[in-house]
Amino acid sequence: MEYINIFIKSIFVDNMIFAFFLGMCSYLAVSKTVKTSAGLGIAVTFVLIITVPINYLLNKYFLQEGALAWLSPALANVDLSFLSLIMFIAVIAAIVQMVEMIVEKFSPALYNSLGIFLPLIAVNCAVMSGSLFMQERGYANIGEATVFALGSGIGWFLAIVAIAAIREKLRYSHIPPALRGVGITFIITGLMGLAFMSFMGFKL
Amino acid sequence: MKNFDLIKLPFSKNNPILVQVLGICSCLAVTAQLKPAVVMSLSVIVVVVLSNVIISLLRNTIPPRIRIIVQLVVVSTLVVLVDQVLKAYVYDVSKQLSVFVGLIITNCIVMGRLEAFAMVQKPWASFLDGLGNGLGYSVILIVLGFVREFFGSGTLWGYPVMEKLGLYEVGYENNGLMIMPPMALILVGLIIWWHRSKNKDLCE
Repeated sequence: MEYINIFIKSIFVDNMIFAFFLGMCSYLAVSKTVKTSAGLGIAVTFVLIITVPINYLLNKYFLQEGALAWLSPALANVDLSFLSLIMFIAVIAAIVQMVEMIVEKFSPALYNSLGIFLPLIAVNCAVMSGSLFMQERGYANIGEATVFALGSGIGWFLAIVAIAAIREKLRYSHIPPALRGVGITFIITGLMGLAFMSFMGFKL
Repeated sequence: MKNFDLIKLPFSKNNPILVQVLGICSCLAVTAQLKPAVVMSLSVIVVVVLSNVIISLLRNTIPPRIRIIVQLVVVSTLVVLVDQVLKAYVYDVSKQLSVFVGLIITNCIVMGRLEAFAMVQKPWASFLDGLGNGLGYSVILIVLGFVREFFGSGTLWGYPVMEKLGLYEVGYENNGLMIMPPMALILVGLIIWWHRSKNKDLCE
């Protein structure tokens, strides 16, 4: 039950884009067609599912205060949490490099359409903050952390596909020239964010 | 003249938020009040200037294949320093900013400037470019923080302006919508609209 709660909560209530505005750069830049944005959404979800559990283990057995106690009792007071930013980003950068190689090998079409935004998943705030939120909220076990990562990824996927679909339709509408493109996308995202606020306090 | 342009252009014609659309995440999340917005701006200026200079000094020795990891290591080291300084001197603000200080690592402005400028330019020019972009980012953050705190909570830097003016007695109400995150998006959208109608050449 706890798993389902975390899952639903991370998709809707704590949606990475509409509640925290994380990963906005690639969200704004890649959301021109549904197809590319779905590809990017899947890639981000995939990276989240791998990196969050790895970082969870790192945090639990190396970085937290007293986490090194399993090595020897003398290390029980060591607190390495100030290193967590560097460790997390190193894991993420390595995994992203791997995903890039896999995508290039198995789906060159997707690789070409994502272009620069594939390596930039490494600096996608949604991925990094997945690990940081995991650390901050202190999930009880690795299962909860993984479910949280999956939920956040799916939430991000839904958001980018939704805005891409809207932008495809917007191309035929009459918008003041100065507002076309980025401007109107910002405003629509704001309105969608307001709509998503209605999930607030939702609990299973 | 060229050096002066490096500082001047990011303010308007090449503003990191309005035109390059970089660094949106932090810009939306920390601007509900003026104080965190200013602290965040200062942190970003420090990180973007120093990392620009360091990467520019190293630019001839970094192999292109692993450049993203090298950049991330430099940036994350700087961010850890900033994070520790904030925790030591302005603890309450650092709590308010929560994960967003860590997310300076993945702030697209920093990576964007490193990739686009510091990798190919001399240290002094990179210094000016970092400073200009940091300031251009700060201007938007401070405007947003000012508007949202003033209309949302009726205070400025925690000082109750509206109450001192006695507006509550004549029936003035705070606009609660302003504090909510989606409003930041809509405000940025409106600023972009205004900015592009002043600079017609930026329209899409």
